[in-house]
Amino acid sequence: MATLARKDEYADFPVKKVSLYYITLAFVALLIGTLFGPFQAFNYAGVNLYPALEKLLPFIKSYYQGLTLHGVLNAIVFTQLFAQGALLYLQSREMRMLPQMGVAWFSWWLAFVGLVMAAIPLLLNDATVLYTFYPPLKGHPLFYIGAALIIVSSLVTVYLSVELWARWKRQNPGKPTPLVSYMSVVTWMMWAVAAVGLVVEAVVLLIPWSLGWLKGVDPLLARTLFWWTGHPIVYFWLLPAYVTWYGLLPKHAGGKLFSDPLARLVFLAFLIFSSPVGFHHQFADPGIDPFWKLVHTVLTMMVAVPSLITAFTIAASLEITAREKGGRGVIGWVAKLNWKDPIVLASVLGAISFIVGGAGGIVNASFTLDYVVHNTTWIPGHFHLPVATAVTLTHMGLALVLIPHLTGKPVVRLPLARAGIVLWFVGMMTMAVGMHVMGLMGVPRRAWISNMAPNVQGAYSEAASMMVLNGIAGAILLIAATLIFYVIFATLLQSRRLPPAERPEVGFSEAISGPEGRRSVMVMDRLFFWWGLAYVIVFAVYLPTIVRIWSTFVSAPGFRLW
Amino acid sequence: MNKHVIETYERGWMLFSLAMILVFLVFIGYTLSGFAFYVPTAAERIDPTTVRTGGFPTPHVEKVGPGKYQAYVIAQAFTFLPNEMHFKVGDEVTFYVTSPDVQHGFYVHGTDINVQVIPGEIAKVKTKFKRPGTYLIICTEYCGIGHQNMLGKIVVEE
Repeated sequence: MATLARKDEYADFPVKKVSLYYITLAFVALLIGTLFGPFQAFNYAGVNLYPALEKLLPFIKSYYQGLTLHGVLNAIVFTQLFAQGALLYLQSREMRMLPQMGVAWFSWWLAFVGLVMAAIPLLLNDATVLYTFYPPLKGHPLFYIGAALIIVSSLVTVYLSVELWARWKRQNPGKPTPLVSYMSVVTWMMWAVAAVGLVVEAVVLLIPWSLGWLKGVDPLLARTLFWWTGHPIVYFWLLPAYVTWYGLLPKHAGGKLFSDPLARLVFLAFLIFSSPVGFHHQFADPGIDPFWKLVHTVLTMMVAVPSLITAFTIAASLEITAREKGGRGVIGWVAKLNWKDPIVLASVLGAISFIVGGAGGIVNASFTLDYVVHNTTWIPGHFHLPVATAVTLTHMGLALVLIPHLTGKPVVRLPLARAGIVLWFVGMMTMAVGMHVMGLMGVPRRAWISNMAPNVQGAYSEAASMMVLNGIAGAILLIAATLIFYVIFATLLQSRRLPPAERPEVGFSEAISGPEGRRSVMVMDRLFFWWGLAYVIVFAVYLPTIVRIWSTFVSAPGFRLW
Repeated sequence: MNKHVIETYERGWMLFSLAMILVFLVFIGYTLSGFAFYVPTAAERIDPTTVRTGGFPTPHVEKVGPGKYQAYVIAQAFTFLPNEMHFKVGDEVTFYVTSPDVQHGFYVHGTDINVQVIPGEIAKVKTKFKRPGTYLIICTEYCGIGHQNMLGKIVVEE
């Protein structure tokens, strides 16, 4: 009987569909957030395009509103949604088991509803509080409630990933967790340790305060809880990209991962050391004892080690691959990598940017050096390398493989996306150089310096030549974004699908040194123990300070100053 | 390339990484022990609603000894009080800074002073002005629509 019902393209493995929904929503958020990026870059070139933008979009009132949208959508929404979609899929695929599908859809809807709720006050200029939303700046309650729902959605995904892993372990006693699944579960466990601060800040302080149930909040307490989550959130952005670098990149480059147990060790180190480090964002805060700032400094330095190991392992894996294909020379071998694969191109460029970004990060984490750069443009110059380049490029590269894999829709004009990826890298590196140097010249971050009052105009004229770099970078990045988003959305929106046999595969890395028979791997596989240990450490380094501040709670009333 | 050769390099790189981190920590410890008076500390906590009504001294600069000064500064949307201060080369100045409204920054460009001004906290930070010139005081935390205009200055004369 002929039927009009559409064939369910995802019936063979339904997690494909929910992952696709996460990834699509992630790129919609990134598209909107990214469009404000060039306006920020032109601001730091001294060119104020916001009046022109307001003619086009009358609800966008200021640079600060655009900056809030840029930060919230790109850094918080895109990264989380992409991780939810990609990690859940990769883990399910590798384990050949489904997560609890009803819960997975519930989690997606939570994030969607939260995003819509938060977007309304953001677009109406009622929550222009930037993505750090430091009180006593006070946004509309919908913003805090929406943001909280997005975080709750991420915690539901923690449950999904851990439940799936535990079920696999019961069915495969004595076997080590497959590598990509291991890395995914550890990422979610790490995030569950990290998220405690933000959850407490939102639920106990910000939401009741914004609704008027609480007269005031303690700004230092809120900052401290925010940064409990605010630094490890960087690893929550980064680790999904590391999953691609370790778990997929070597395979897509045509070779093998150098060492499987070392990859596990790196992720385990992140689980333990990611969270107890937040005070390195608060070196400039009075009211936190220098002793505890020093403790966090030491732990922050420790968390640099797994990234340094990653740099070695990834480079070694790629070099072995290239030399086996006949690559020669000290760096001549790079020509033999499979650059046509978007995962290879985007991940390697991203990883190169991360070398610079990591070095800058060590400067920021150095207690006594940070005062030179704290809250100058050095800081956004820095984090655009790990987050906006390494993570975002890697996710874009993965999406160009994953979207056709999930949907069966072939990539539309892949060469345009490749060009976009290269331009994105060039643009971000250019901008980062400019912003780092401007920061040393004293230019503050998050400032509408293209719109200064006459009496203070020209305060940063020393930085003029570096500002030019921002303008150039803004233009390059606008072109890059146009190319990449065109390819992604043209691919998603077409109706053509390849027959199942022709659909591209996502390749999981094999390792030269595998996990089999290693006692260390089985010890690292006891994840509930390591997860518990991570909680113990983070409470140990935070509770003395939090209890002290809370016991002298200062009640600061809210302000709307935008 | 032989797997064992790479494993040797790998161990070497891990050792180098740890050693590098250790050297950085030693440097940080050294600077902390010698020159860290620019690390802001909390003089005390304060109810921010009382900052302008007697809870905090009226903004001013006070001489407390030969070449030694104390400056009481309020950072508020969108200015510093006082917005201009004058010192001589070699003067040692202790700043007490707080905010009656939202968070601000108190960054004296050309020095190591960079304070997160938080309502509820009175920050204490000290520096010695070694060179003559005009030092910009820059608000480095977003505080609202006029944040970019929140600049003050310190003039240091010979």
